[in-house]
Amino acid sequence: MQGEDEPSGSATMVEDEIYDNGTSPDDEKRNRPIITGEQLDIEAYASLYSGRTKITRLIFIADHCDAETNQTMQLEALRMAYDEIKKGENALLFREVVPKIDRRLGPNYGMDATWCEMVERRAEQRKEKLENELNAYRTNLIKESIRMGYNDFGDFYYAHGALGDAFKSYVRTRDYCTTSKHIIHMCMSAILVSIEMGQFTHVTSYVSKAEQTPEALDAITSAKLRCAAGLAHLEAKKYKLAARKFLETGPELGSHYNEVIAPQDVATYGGLCALATFDRLELKSKVIDNVNFRNFLELVPVVRELINDFYSSHYASCLDYLGNLKPNLLLDIHLHDHVETLYDQIRHKALIQYTLPFVSVDLHMMANAFKTSVTGLEKELETLITNNQIQARIDSHNKILYARHADQRNATFQRVLQTGSEFDREVRSMLLRANLIKHDYNQRGGSRKI
Amino acid sequence: MGTVEVLVAQIQGLSSTAGDIARLHTILKQSEELLHSDTACLPSALAQLDASKYSLGYLYILEAYTSVPISQEQYSSTALTISRFLSSCNPEQIRLAPEKFISVCKRLKDQVVLLEAPIRGVAPLLTAIRKLQNSSEHLTTIHPEFLLLCLLAKCYKTGRSILDNDILEVDQPRDLFLYCYYGGMICIGLKLFPKALELLHNAVTSPMSSMNAIAVEAYKKYILLSLIYNGQFSISLPKYTSSVAQRNLKIFCQPYIELANSYSTGNVDELDTVFQTNREKFENDNNLGLVKQAVSSLYKRNIQRLTQTYLTLSLQDIANSVKLNSPKEAEMHVLRMIQDGEIFATINQKDGMVSFLEDSEQYKSCKMVEHIDSSIQRMMKLAKKLTAMDESISYDPLYLAKAGRERQRFDYDDFDSVPQKFNI
Repeated sequence: MQGEDEPSGSATMVEDEIYDNGTSPDDEKRNRPIITGEQLDIEAYASLYSGRTKITRLIFIADHCDAETNQTMQLEALRMAYDEIKKGENALLFREVVPKIDRRLGPNYGMDATWCEMVERRAEQRKEKLENELNAYRTNLIKESIRMGYNDFGDFYYAHGALGDAFKSYVRTRDYCTTSKHIIHMCMSAILVSIEMGQFTHVTSYVSKAEQTPEALDAITSAKLRCAAGLAHLEAKKYKLAARKFLETGPELGSHYNEVIAPQDVATYGGLCALATFDRLELKSKVIDNVNFRNFLELVPVVRELINDFYSSHYASCLDYLGNLKPNLLLDIHLHDHVETLYDQIRHKALIQYTLPFVSVDLHMMANAFKTSVTGLEKELETLITNNQIQARIDSHNKILYARHADQRNATFQRVLQTGSEFDREVRSMLLRANLIKHDYNQRGGSRKI
Repeated sequence: MGTVEVLVAQIQGLSSTAGDIARLHTILKQSEELLHSDTACLPSALAQLDASKYSLGYLYILEAYTSVPISQEQYSSTALTISRFLSSCNPEQIRLAPEKFISVCKRLKDQVVLLEAPIRGVAPLLTAIRKLQNSSEHLTTIHPEFLLLCLLAKCYKTGRSILDNDILEVDQPRDLFLYCYYGGMICIGLKLFPKALELLHNAVTSPMSSMNAIAVEAYKKYILLSLIYNGQFSISLPKYTSSVAQRNLKIFCQPYIELANSYSTGNVDELDTVFQTNREKFENDNNLGLVKQAVSSLYKRNIQRLTQTYLTLSLQDIANSVKLNSPKEAEMHVLRMIQDGEIFATINQKDGMVSFLEDSEQYKSCKMVEHIDSSIQRMMKLAKKLTAMDESISYDPLYLAKAGRERQRFDYDDFDSVPQKFNI
């Protein structure tokens, strides 16, 4: 990727190459971030998605970006959300967005009462029609038609923002499914609605239901299911499982699932989760050498770069990239909650990996490599050592970190003696209790005597 | 009047052979009422008898004599009489009437407590225990009385001498609870924390079908001791603990559990707030001293944690990270811990730096080898005992009957040779 193949992480590294560990000369040009702290290009971002998620993502951005400094961005997001809603029939969302705009976008973006009324009137009519149709199907007892009827109802509710009802309608079609294709359709609809509702337990259960269908899934559906499962694991904070799912996602996904997730997101989510939870070996085999996933990574070069930097131990630039990505990730509807945790884990892993091959590490150099102060680094290392993630001790006087090689012999002796005295104590109290029970001298027997 | 004298004569006549003594015992049992009704002439009867030769008779008369309420002045002399009897009596004879013997011992205890001279009862009761025990594994009712006197007289070392014996046979469960509780307190007094923890643990985990105050108090002390000695406390009781205790103990010890929880955060200020808010409760439980020890042990715990992470650290940094007021105070703590062998470190006063060292024990010395060898021997003995007990239980007809009843539900194939249904 960048021509140099540094065997970092191996113990053979010579002393002066430590400086390379994060501050090699060609860092300067690599360091120039591809995405700087500059604003998210909302137009480009929104074009990745379609349907309801586009609107909710835009609203999310408007809600979470800093209104003081970034008013243009907020208004831009709201404007696009407004336009998008107007195309649909969701009066609920419309009423939500208008007060947020608060007349800041001029007269064209105000409360459009006539539109709302029209939408609602049409909705009433449509609902009535659907109800009549469904009743007719039900009296005729034609399974397929009933299924279609419920399905139409689901689509109708979904379009109008009544997610709970939509979910119920979709699930109801289940009794009338005759082929596995129908079942998959039902599952996909249920998954879509559940993701919108944030009910990720439903997502997991419907993903597994869809995967259990007897017929083999086509590539696109299975890629969609992987993504949905990945999202569910992400929400449940099971980052390792989430990473696996995203990494397994096939390149066929393309933009077929843009009502939920864009392929760029797969790369970001999968990449970050993998960085935070995988060890070096897994990172190499499952992420960097993964042909499928490489296609996704090509879409988001920053993530690709930072993973490679991490793997080749250019922690400073890796952390730089991460720092630059952060404001945008915080605006992501699914990832924002997990950014901090994932970042912490990645940083800890970087620290651990940095110290691993050395017998002693100069804290000044290490602080340089991580772009932090020595005292700050000392605190970070302290917590890692206390949690037993790094086997080392800090010489705070000379600012050197020494790896600690536990004396196996002494430790064994200590453990033997400890186990011995525990055994001693346990057995004696066990004998006592056994005797007490044997003589039936528990409290009940005793109180009779006294 | 004459009958007591007759009885004395009988006692004197029937004390030579085992058969005679058995007969005498029956006679004594029959004349118990007489003794209790006619207490006036008992002192003279006692004077006529030799306590070592006619122990059984002497015991009956003494028991009757001490059963009547006496005036304050007489306490001293009665206590003396009982003490003399306890030291000179014949163990074989008194074991025929253990209840009488125990009640005499209890009276001695009551009297010395009333005399506010508990130390007078310590030695006589120790001999009494030795005489009444069948073996050193036998827990008598006198054990807790003796330990109580030791506590009151602050003769912890004497008390400890009986705590070293493993107890296996128990007459009454209440004795065991009290024995464990008092024993634990004696060990706390001697700063023998592991032994104290073991005793208190036994008090908490012994089989019980209803809650008792002794177990609750023992549990409170157990929590505090775990904090002082181990620096941590696990809230869950072992699964062999009776279900009553598992359910209820925590409810009664809420402030202590709060204390333990805040201790585990390692935050000195937080611990102190919990301590201050519950101070009155701790004081009412007479545990204030132990609580204070627990609170101050957190500093030690935090310093010990630093030794795991640092090779060198300045006193100032130590003071900052464990929240002590000054480097001077930190130095005092470190110094004391080095002296007690809790950490291995050297202080460089010139730079104000502390260097933490590894444990210097190399497990190479003869002493260590001997220690390990003796431990192994002890374990083997224990293991043998355990196997013997397991065997004796597995052919105990009562047990087999019970286990068999519960097995009937299963298939024949499930029947394995080793009984599993024995929840200790």
